[in-house]
Amino acid sequence: MKQPILEAKDLHVAFNGVKAADGVNLKIYDDEFLAVIGPNGSGKTTLLNICTGYIKPRSGSVHLDGHDITRLTPRAIARRGVARAFQIPQLFSDQRVIDNMMLALAARNGLWSATQPLDTPARREEAEALLGLVGLADDRLRISSTLPEGHRKLLDIAIALALKPRLLLLDEPTSGVSALERFPLMEALMGALRQRKITALFVEHDMEVVARYANRVLVWNAGTIMAEGRPDEVFSDAQVLQRVVGVA
Amino acid sequence: MMRIALAAVSVLVLAIMPLLAPWLQFVLTLAIAKGFAALGVAVLLRAGLISIGHAMFFAASAYGVAFLARAGINDLALQLIVSVLCAALIGVLAGLFLVRYRAIFFAMLNLAVSMVFYALCAKLYGVTGGTDGMPIPIPSAFGVVLSEPAFKSILFYLSLVLMLLVGFCVHRYLQSPLGQALSAVHTNEIRLEYLGVPVWAVLLIAYVISAALAGLGGAIAGFAIGRVVPEFAFWTASGHLVLVAVLGGIGGVPGAFIGALFLELLHTVAVTVTDAWNLIVGLALIMVIMFMPRGFYGLIARKEGTAL
Repeated sequence: MKQPILEAKDLHVAFNGVKAADGVNLKIYDDEFLAVIGPNGSGKTTLLNICTGYIKPRSGSVHLDGHDITRLTPRAIARRGVARAFQIPQLFSDQRVIDNMMLALAARNGLWSATQPLDTPARREEAEALLGLVGLADDRLRISSTLPEGHRKLLDIAIALALKPRLLLLDEPTSGVSALERFPLMEALMGALRQRKITALFVEHDMEVVARYANRVLVWNAGTIMAEGRPDEVFSDAQVLQRVVGVA
Repeated sequence: MMRIALAAVSVLVLAIMPLLAPWLQFVLTLAIAKGFAALGVAVLLRAGLISIGHAMFFAASAYGVAFLARAGINDLALQLIVSVLCAALIGVLAGLFLVRYRAIFFAMLNLAVSMVFYALCAKLYGVTGGTDGMPIPIPSAFGVVLSEPAFKSILFYLSLVLMLLVGFCVHRYLQSPLGQALSAVHTNEIRLEYLGVPVWAVLLIAYVISAALAGLGGAIAGFAIGRVVPEFAFWTASGHLVLVAVLGGIGGVPGAFIGALFLELLHTVAVTVTDAWNLIVGLALIMVIMFMPRGFYGLIARKEGTAL
């Protein structure tokens, strides 16, 4: 039987009485692109926060390759091969794009080299290759805070990819990105994920993006999973259309 | 290349200055000593952490030399190495507690810890000599007993050599992933954690390095003055180190030494002009901070950038 890479069991989380997760179970398997959709405030980002150790659930557990990671820190979970890209890109904003990447690549090996410079030919080459993969090669010498939002998102994703993760968690990769940039961004992202054989779970509001790129969709509503399945199945569900997509 | 040439010329000028004006030898030795301590402060400033307590390490190392001398250990190299290690060890103990804090909390806790240390130095009369402090006799160098003038000259040139060697090592550290992570801590600590980097360890290493640097400065200052007193650890001394670091600029290793040399020379000249020397020093500082927000080193780096 196929083992999930990540499994959440009976998650319960509440904030001031509002349930963000109420007995949620989910699994994600190797090479999947799992989309999580749902109304604002339904608890989608909380799911990512739990899976990356930022929030501890009141009860329930999260397992990575069968090992319980529920009480681990974000740092420890990252070192086990789970990377995260954020809704608001988390960059080293006063540094150049290439320096952001080289630092991320150095972090993969633990940073513990105090005598070798950060900027080595091998590291620079790998950083440039990754930037090329997400379409940021021309921006490599720019200060990251000066990039347009779409490119900031891509850099955030490239930083996460630098860790060579097995599982990438993406929080609304297309939010704040113009309509023109949205699909090129997703194409660049999906190309990078396929090339590196990375499993991804992404929270998304844009249903066109979900329909085009996800191979499984999970509908999150009021802390519970309301529906689950292939995009065509989920988007033909009348309840999902009414409550989440907003079509009566 | 231009930077290396500039550094070489500067060190050469510094080496020659005491030959032309012997009274400068003490001033320059003290400036280099404070430069080391300010460099320690500057390392932490890269991570956005302001320590108003680094004079503690400066004093601890000087007291270490005095205790070693009292115990009959009179070798210069041994005193220097052991006292710097003492400062680093105190840095480990203090750092384990302090690197968990940020911003004003980090600054104030450093201040508090250093003032406890100051109070201990001032009140434990039987151990530290209280406010009278402890004498630091002239040590022997490689088994050779030296006269005071000879020792002071050796100390100056040793400080100069250490400035180059230690400065180079700190430069390499700051260019390394571990050093570069310091500014990343300042910009985005969360991202660093999500990259699997233990931020506390990055900061603890920086803290211990900065304590050792302050300790090296303190030992040299103790040797130069010939006595250590609790005022070495007073909060105004810690503030002075922050001032030197900001004045020199945190963009590069030379900044701390440039700031220390400028302030020490300005102070020396101002004292000869007027009793209100603080006014001159204060005005000069205001001018520098207003017109050179990145410090003296920022000015040099910018000029070099323009030249290129």
